Amino acid sequence: METIKFEYPAKQPASGRVLVGVVGSGDLEVLLEPGESGKTRVTVNTSVDGAASQWRALFDRLFATLPNAAAMNLELNDFGATPGVVRMRLEQAMELVKQQAGK
Amino acid sequence: MSDKNTKGAPSQRGRIWFEALSANGKPVAGLPDSVRAADIDLAGKPARVIAVVPDTNNRFPRARNGEVGLLEGWNVARAVRDVVKADENSTEKRALIAVVDVRSQAYGRREEAFGIHQALAAAGAAYANARMKGHPVIALIVGVAMSGGFLAHGYQANRLIAINDPKVLVHAMYQAAAARITLRTVEELEKLAATVPPMAYDIGNYAKLGLLWKLLEVEQADAPTTPDLALVRDTLVAALADILKSPRDLSCRLGSETRAASVKVRKLLREQWA
Amino acid sequence: MDKSQNLKSNSFIELNARERARSILDTGSMRELLGPFDRVTSPWLKEQGIVTQADDGLVVAKGTINGQSAVVLGIEGSFQGGSMGEVSGAKMAGALELAAEDNRKGIPTLAVLLLETGGVRLQEANLGLAAIAEIHAAIADLRQYQPVIGVVAGTVGSFGGMSVAGALCSYMVVTREARYGLNGPQVIEQEAGIEEYDSRDKPFIWSLTGGEQRFATGLADRFVQDDVDSMNAVIRELAKAGVPASLRDQRIDEFLALLDSIDTNVQPNSAQVREIFGKGVKA
Repeated sequence: METIKFEYPAKQPASGRVLVGVVGSGDLEVLLEPGESGKTRVTVNTSVDGAASQWRALFDRLFATLPNAAAMNLELNDFGATPGVVRMRLEQAMELVKQQAGK
Repeated sequence: MSDKNTKGAPSQRGRIWFEALSANGKPVAGLPDSVRAADIDLAGKPARVIAVVPDTNNRFPRARNGEVGLLEGWNVARAVRDVVKADENSTEKRALIAVVDVRSQAYGRREEAFGIHQALAAAGAAYANARMKGHPVIALIVGVAMSGGFLAHGYQANRLIAINDPKVLVHAMYQAAAARITLRTVEELEKLAATVPPMAYDIGNYAKLGLLWKLLEVEQADAPTTPDLALVRDTLVAALADILKSPRDLSCRLGSETRAASVKVRKLLREQWA
Repeated sequence: MDKSQNLKSNSFIELNARERARSILDTGSMRELLGPFDRVTSPWLKEQGIVTQADDGLVVAKGTINGQSAVVLGIEGSFQGGSMGEVSGAKMAGALELAAEDNRKGIPTLAVLLLETGGVRLQEANLGLAAIAEIHAAIADLRQYQPVIGVVAGTVGSFGGMSVAGALCSYMVVTREARYGLNGPQVIEQEAGIEEYDSRDKPFIWSLTGGEQRFATGLADRFVQDDVDSMNAVIRELAKAGVPASLRDQRIDEFLALLDSIDTNVQPNSAQVREIFGKGVKA
């Protein structure tokens, strides 16, 4: 198991918290909570060792497309998910937070 | 050497301790040869001792070496419930002493087909019910206390007492099967067991979990001497006295540092409950 | 069943533990205790370098069923095979203990257990086993007051000490997808040999331990199709039924008489078990 941490610039804190996914084979759990204004902190706990650069690349790409993303604390508990599944779960989590805020 | 890797010949420990404790007792009739029960006198108080023992002629071939199988589960339940029923209108509730040396639940096709899980539930529920009705229930672990066998016969007791001996062990699964299920090697499991107390098999590590009430030093675990027997009897009597002044649930098992998470979970649940 | 119903049916099995719990409680009544954001995770998995799940794979959902206080305890079968560790076990035992306490205080509270579990989590071995003993104790206590309803829907099934927990429940509900037995097929094969139990022979395993067989042999009380509304309706019906007149584990003479009638020289098949148990055991 490996723990990897990243930080990205962000806007105002996210408006709520959500959980998606499970720590099951090929899947991951994402816990999204409001972060400190201006900063998104990412913590990845993964069962696959030695993949820090791939995680970095994934988040770099994701946040490059989201210049106005809210500040979040993201915790990912990963059990061997593919980058596609990771991305899908992250988008799902951010979409759910938006929906919550809209209600 | 403990028996965590291979099970070897059937252990006679349960029978030996059962017979030693019930030497002057009255045997309970109507049980199969694999379930022994006797009514004894313990420092002037009546008690029933129950053991599951090997029976090479058991009708169920997968339950011949002291496993808790279909007949054993249901008959232990009967031996316990008969006491509860007999004492129903009495203020004095007879003690129940489970002598534990159960190498496992029975693993077999007949067992699954005819609902061994229900048989184990019958025994466990009988002990739990007796405890809730005010009967002091004590488990005396003299050999193996393995998994479903222990859940059925002993683990519902108010107090758990074990003798400190290399052949005494408590666990959920033998190493070979555990390795297969967790996709680890036996060597890896050995290594983990050395540092992770709940994964260990020996009674010394089990004692660290805070589940045992007493761990007893005896001279001869396979052939109890007179002082051994006196020590066990005295400890049983002391356990009875301790039970009588305590709540009849299993809360006394929650004291240790090793089970800090079990305590924390209950505390937080209570805070959030209402 | 007509086609339109088929199209509308929502699978219960495809839901995760949290969604299952929500689907059983009265709409809008669910409140989760010790949820994922409380982050009470397994100290033992972490120590062994295994990724933890924020709720340790157990959902404690409080709410109402038929307007009456209830707690649903859902095991997440996808996390570590639904195995019971110290934390997940304490969540289930602790919630059942509080439910029993509520009943003693005059607040009738029932429980539903969603069992998708291989039993003890072997990385926490003896603490899992100890927690299961405490779950048994708590079920035996709570069921005196209010129903404890066990559900094995699939796809993990229920095994080990948690199938014993199922057998202690006031009522057991199964689906066709459920497997419900003491020992996992691999473990039996390991301990007893492939002639005794071939863990790869799925039809054989289903024929003895599948939900349909368990219902037909009286070891389960309801057989439900894999559909959210059907599951919800059955739970409601059982909650309303209250404490059953007799519990399966107390019918000792009846079961022993049936076991007496078995020819143990031969291995049984599904039909023989139905013939022997089918008549006698059903309540």
